[in-house]
Amino acid sequence: MTAEQAAEAAPISAQAVEEALLAFLAERIKTSVAVDQDLFGSGLVSSMFAMQLVVHLEEAYDIAIIGPELKLDNFRTVQAMTALVLRLSAARDG
Amino acid sequence: MPDKPTLVKCLVWDLDNTLWRGTLLEDPDVELADGVRDVIAELDARGILHSISSKNDYDLAWTQLEKLGLAEYFVFPQIGWGRKSDAVLEIAERLNFAPGAIAFIDDLPTERAEVNFAAPDVRCYPAEQIAALPGLPEFSPAVVTVDARRRREMYQAGFRRDAEKESFNGPDEEFLRTLDLVMTIKFADHEDLSRVEELTLRTSQMNATGVHYSDAALRGLLADPAHAVLTVNMADRFGPHGAVGVMLLERRPGIWHLKLLATSCRVVAFGAGAVILNWLVDQAARADAHLAADFRKTDRNRMMEIAYRFAGFTDDACTCLAGLGTLTGRDGVQCLHLAAERRAAPTTMRLDSPELAAR
Ligand SMILES: [Zn+2]
Repeated sequence: MTAEQAAEAAPISAQAVEEALLAFLAERIKTSVAVDQDLFGSGLVSSMFAMQLVVHLEEAYDIAIIGPELKLDNFRTVQAMTALVLRLSAARDG
Repeated sequence: MPDKPTLVKCLVWDLDNTLWRGTLLEDPDVELADGVRDVIAELDARGILHSISSKNDYDLAWTQLEKLGLAEYFVFPQIGWGRKSDAVLEIAERLNFAPGAIAFIDDLPTERAEVNFAAPDVRCYPAEQIAALPGLPEFSPAVVTVDARRRREMYQAGFRRDAEKESFNGPDEEFLRTLDLVMTIKFADHEDLSRVEELTLRTSQMNATGVHYSDAALRGLLADPAHAVLTVNMADRFGPHGAVGVMLLERRPGIWHLKLLATSCRVVAFGAGAVILNWLVDQAARADAHLAADFRKTDRNRMMEIAYRFAGFTDDACTCLAGLGTLTGRDGVQCLHLAAERRAAPTTMRLDSPELAAR
């Protein structure tokens, strides 16, 4: 299932977001990561890639990540990004 | 006083009976038309790019251009059998120029009419006008900056870079390391500011702070001991990117205030914004200073907002901001804040930079 398809199925589950993110990362950085792995500390992704991550999450899940939500800690791990997606989706739908 | 005409940034040449005398398919030894070589070199020196739209066999035509010693001047040549308006618009798109910044020269009225019909903003000239082009106002930029003269070189280096990236199959960061990128940050002098003026004039620039400083204002601050005006240049193994950024920083004890940060779109893909900010944070940490940055959202600087936030800037209040002459509240300007701590050097490029704390 792609992230786009995942976004259509409501409500989205943490598992679906995690799986889509892991697939996205595996494709983009050519290596598989763990859900709690620090993507920045391990030097796996550059800050430039981080920008691509922001845009990807916004488009895949129809959310707006703005202001204080753009902090690095929200993107540091797959778990953190999943939590961010779920929280912003809930806020949008709520 | 009449408005100054929009400057031509790229001149697109027809080949047969325009650039050279005769038709290549009939005469394999065609010679250049009068004055063509001088006009091309003169416009190139003014920073105007050259391209080609010609109905011809690509290999034959390109070989002939090489033989005539002109091939190096052309970017994105369109040589084939399609419509000329498509070719001209393709060139505009690849260069990221508006059609109004493109000129087209062709001996055939039907071709000029076709381009004019499909792309009315493109300015068309008959072949008889070749020698007159350098005298026209639209081909005469008021200021020719150092970078304008090197623009062709930078575009061509960019094409080679893109071609390699397409064939490179791996993480972006790994690709960046293969480029041997070098970033040079320095205290600006007057000549540096001329290069930056080009950067701030170009529509493609990304002003991270969203706050505009005129060339005169920046020059006025060069000698001000409280302010540092810094310029950023980049290069890689394909060639120079030229002047790609400018910063205005006011340094006070305990607090450094970033008032302007503008970077060229050309270097966004290299993560230049993040590297610059990281360096600044590290420099501030060495001086035991916090950092404040003016930021105004525009519809084009989102990438830079992300760079600020990921670098650690927040909306949080801090005592260091009291009494700071920020523009906060005016025209939607925010003041972002960061308590600086030491940062590691970039892993994707070599950085040559001055010690800010020492000056
Ligand atoms: Zn502070």
